[in-house]
Amino acid sequence: MPNRTIIPFGPQHPVLPEPIHLDLVLEDEKVVEALPSIGFVHRGLEKLVEKRDFLEYVFVAERICGICSFIHGMAYSQTVEEIMNIEIPERASYLRTIWGEYSRIHSHLLWLGLMADAFGFESLFMHSWRIRETILDMIEETTGGRVIFGTCKVGGVRKDISNDTLQGMVRKTLELEKEIREITEIFIKDFTVQKRLVGAGVLTKEEAYTLGTVGPTLRGSGVAQDARTLGYAAFKDLDFEPIVEKDGDSYARCVVRIREIFQSIDLIKQAAAKIPDGPIDVKVKGNPEGEFFTRIEQPRGEAIYYIKGSNSKYLDRVRVRTPTFANIPAMVKTLQGCDLADVPVLLLTIDPCISCTER
Amino acid sequence: MSVLHFSKTVLKSLFGKPATLMYPVQVREYSDNTRGQIHFNGDDCILCGLCQKKCPAGAIKVSRDEQKWEINRFRCIACNYCSEVCPKKCLEMVNKYVTPRIAPDSVETFTSPYVPPSKKPAAEKGKTISA
Repeated sequence: MPNRTIIPFGPQHPVLPEPIHLDLVLEDEKVVEALPSIGFVHRGLEKLVEKRDFLEYVFVAERICGICSFIHGMAYSQTVEEIMNIEIPERASYLRTIWGEYSRIHSHLLWLGLMADAFGFESLFMHSWRIRETILDMIEETTGGRVIFGTCKVGGVRKDISNDTLQGMVRKTLELEKEIREITEIFIKDFTVQKRLVGAGVLTKEEAYTLGTVGPTLRGSGVAQDARTLGYAAFKDLDFEPIVEKDGDSYARCVVRIREIFQSIDLIKQAAAKIPDGPIDVKVKGNPEGEFFTRIEQPRGEAIYYIKGSNSKYLDRVRVRTPTFANIPAMVKTLQGCDLADVPVLLLTIDPCISCTER
Repeated sequence: MSVLHFSKTVLKSLFGKPATLMYPVQVREYSDNTRGQIHFNGDDCILCGLCQKKCPAGAIKVSRDEQKWEINRFRCIACNYCSEVCPKKCLEMVNKYVTPRIAPDSVETFTSPYVPPSKKPAAEKGKTISA
């Protein structure tokens, strides 16, 4: 039996500015086992619900994650609205959908950049982020913030986008689509990129399902599961199919995310064409009483919100299950048997967001 | 499989304009909606304290007795909630970012010319709490 070595990976590592620690048990260059440990950035945001009233907590919920911030706020608001039987105006749900999809595009472009950086393609990383910047500018023009939108509230949205601006945004996004296609072609077709991704970290359909993975990691293994098909916000009126790739390797997960960018652009186009006029919020009266579970699709996968209130302006409990937490077992599985040099790439393919996992 | 997919982008980068701003020379213009910092217009303020109560970050402090309105810029998360709840609309979000400060707990203090009537304010304050 060869000698075993344990190599510590993280919580500070050049490839990943996320505080996750892995003990990599190696036999020569092969990883035999990976033992993850988290708990470096716990902020106690779920406990904070006892100190902030339920209308204010949406700002805290948005800060659970720095990338899918808007969708966190949206999931929280949706859950409270379900408990309180609030029906939000149609325009508000369309605006939420549009902003949600923009945040998915910017998250996936961010991930593509990080991925390019992980396999050593620095200029591709910068080009991905250059495109992302245009998306962020559009978000800033409409919401006021670049990554923390702050536009979601219980009962609707806080800001409106005029129809002209919306058409302008769609036009700009469609122009940007060409540039995104040009950059993503490199991920899909380039020889060196394929060398690093094809066949790396294969997760079969059964494994992905039994390990409870979510989001692009699950869809990259051939399971067509997307929480958006539940039809929350305006997704019930929009035409789309979950994007699925069959191979289950790093390349498949990368292609799923690339295709999802174009799907999001299409969804924004559809939503902008269908958006009705009208009010953007309703007045919230009373306090939430009861409990509810919400499933919502974030860029990294399905997040679950559980909220319990007992007719007080302070909620009893907010519980968040973030997609990265669900994907950690799959990550550990894919790391078994891989080369040490592949660890950063495999780690990134689940798009880990440790800060939101720990909250 | 190809190795020349990047060439188009490379040529564009070579002959195109830079994607970044030459920052100190060219100043970035923020959009009108950009949430930079809260601007306080003391003339209309009635020192009701709603902004203090609603601030999720606890950055605002209103002192009725001293006629003072204070904000800790480092605590402020620029969410714009205070300006939404302000009954006199004397708070607004401006698209200019906060200038750097040396002391981490530096508090900006403004005075309001509003003089609260002796008894009435207590009743009014009680009203806002129950609402």
